Amino acid sequence: MNKCLERLFNGLIKENPTFVLMLGMCPTLAVTTSAINGLGMGLTTTVVLVMSNMLISMLRKIIPDSVRMPAFIVVVASFVTMVQFLLEGFIPSLYDSLGLYIPLIVVNCIILGRAESYASKNPVLPSIFDGIGMGLGFTVGLTSIGIVREILGAGQAFGKQIMPASFEPITIFILAPGAFFVLAGLTAIQNKVKLEAAKKGKKVETKAGCGEGCGNCTNCGGGK
Amino acid sequence: MNENYNISSSPHIRSKVTTGSIMLYVIIALLPATIFGVYTFGVPALLVVLITTASAVITEYLYQKLMKKKVTIGDFSAALTGLLLALNLPAEAPWWMCVLGSVFAILIVKQVFGGLGQNFMNPALGARCFLLISFTGRMTTFVYDGVTGATPLALLKAGESVNLMDMLIGNEAGTIGETSVIAILVGALFLIAMGIIDLRIPGTYLASFVVFIVVFGGHGFDLTYVTAHLCGGGLMLGAWFMATDYVTSPITKTGQIVYGICLGVLTGLFRLFGGSAEGVSYAIIFSNLLVPLIEKMTLPRPFGKGGER
Repeated sequence: MNKCLERLFNGLIKENPTFVLMLGMCPTLAVTTSAINGLGMGLTTTVVLVMSNMLISMLRKIIPDSVRMPAFIVVVASFVTMVQFLLEGFIPSLYDSLGLYIPLIVVNCIILGRAESYASKNPVLPSIFDGIGMGLGFTVGLTSIGIVREILGAGQAFGKQIMPASFEPITIFILAPGAFFVLAGLTAIQNKVKLEAAKKGKKVETKAGCGEGCGNCTNCGGGK
Repeated sequence: MNENYNISSSPHIRSKVTTGSIMLYVIIALLPATIFGVYTFGVPALLVVLITTASAVITEYLYQKLMKKKVTIGDFSAALTGLLLALNLPAEAPWWMCVLGSVFAILIVKQVFGGLGQNFMNPALGARCFLLISFTGRMTTFVYDGVTGATPLALLKAGESVNLMDMLIGNEAGTIGETSVIAILVGALFLIAMGIIDLRIPGTYLASFVVFIVVFGGHGFDLTYVTAHLCGGGLMLGAWFMATDYVTSPITKTGQIVYGICLGVLTGLFRLFGGSAEGVSYAIIFSNLLVPLIEKMTLPRPFGKGGER
């Protein structure tokens, strides 16, 4: 069970897909125009991620190594199709605002990355928790970007007016450039927090063999 | 001891020109346009200039204090950025817009990338485009003589006639610093006389722009039309004061010519085929991004080295 909690912590903080691994940038930049869109995208991805991690982990001994990528894609695409139909049926407003980015979850690199680097090598339960952790980390990332962009760009949070009426929305924040500003700003803040923590001796360390390509991961300095 | 006999390591050629003195000369060169702007648009324009310049300097000071870096507000570069931004704003810009623009210019475009010399685009223009995208309505509403009117460039785009003499002197709607071509040219002549800028970038910019307008403008070589395009909008201010920014323009001589042509073609493209009447700011910041590429392509070959670069 410890391992499962560790996976949750790993996905949410240590290897947060948005701010640390910088994975899944396409939906991150494109759909976070409002907090609710970010939350919806994050949760949708989480569902797909958990299900695909579970199934791929179950099938990990059956799938031949040489054709694992097509096999993973088939699994992920099936879940994405299901989620897409469910969204269209039950939350059509979210379905409309996410639009093209729902089918694109199939090629989201977080999902394939976790399948390749974790689920295909580990038992089912840790894989599920890995999916939950990563998915929630992605959700937190997208939602926080969405909140900041919505507050600055529209004066609202989750569709409710929170800024005083005299505040004039800075429209650029709900356009494409704003996504880059906010993503960079939030990443800078979390790097700063992590550096402070590291200085105080609470070293946020990553186990060697953490399963991620070291090129994307700056935690242990192993890639340098 | 006589200064001429100092014994020291290189550099041996000394000059009194410093970053600060160059920036100061550019600020002095901008004064005619600024004074004319304040004269035309009155107290609001003066307030915009003061607020924008002050907040640019204060932002730079605070950032460098907080980051424990050397405070460089003494080299006037922040003040110049503020002044240039102010000249690119309409006189009716509210105070918070001026402050926001200055903070964006200094903090995001300049300091985050490493301060003066490291910024990849002109801070003042970066901030202007930031404000233009965010507050399109406020940035494109110009009041002249108590009347909200279209800029000559917008009239030109709509196919109406414009008064060339008014555009030359500056009796027209527009941002604070762009209206008077004469005031800008006085400043530009001063800069050329002091050796701060040369004709290469502005010259190729304006020449290629004229060629583009003549070829694609649909009026042929119509002197009135071409002159109106040259005098309208921010072209003069941009060509003489912002395209020539040392940090964001190429160093190599061939590169400067390529850069000037890029600017001219892009400005013409934006003005004639773009959605809005004006295109100078976007053309300049876009060309700023091309500068590293241009410099790489036009790297001169050292004397005596044949073959590959």
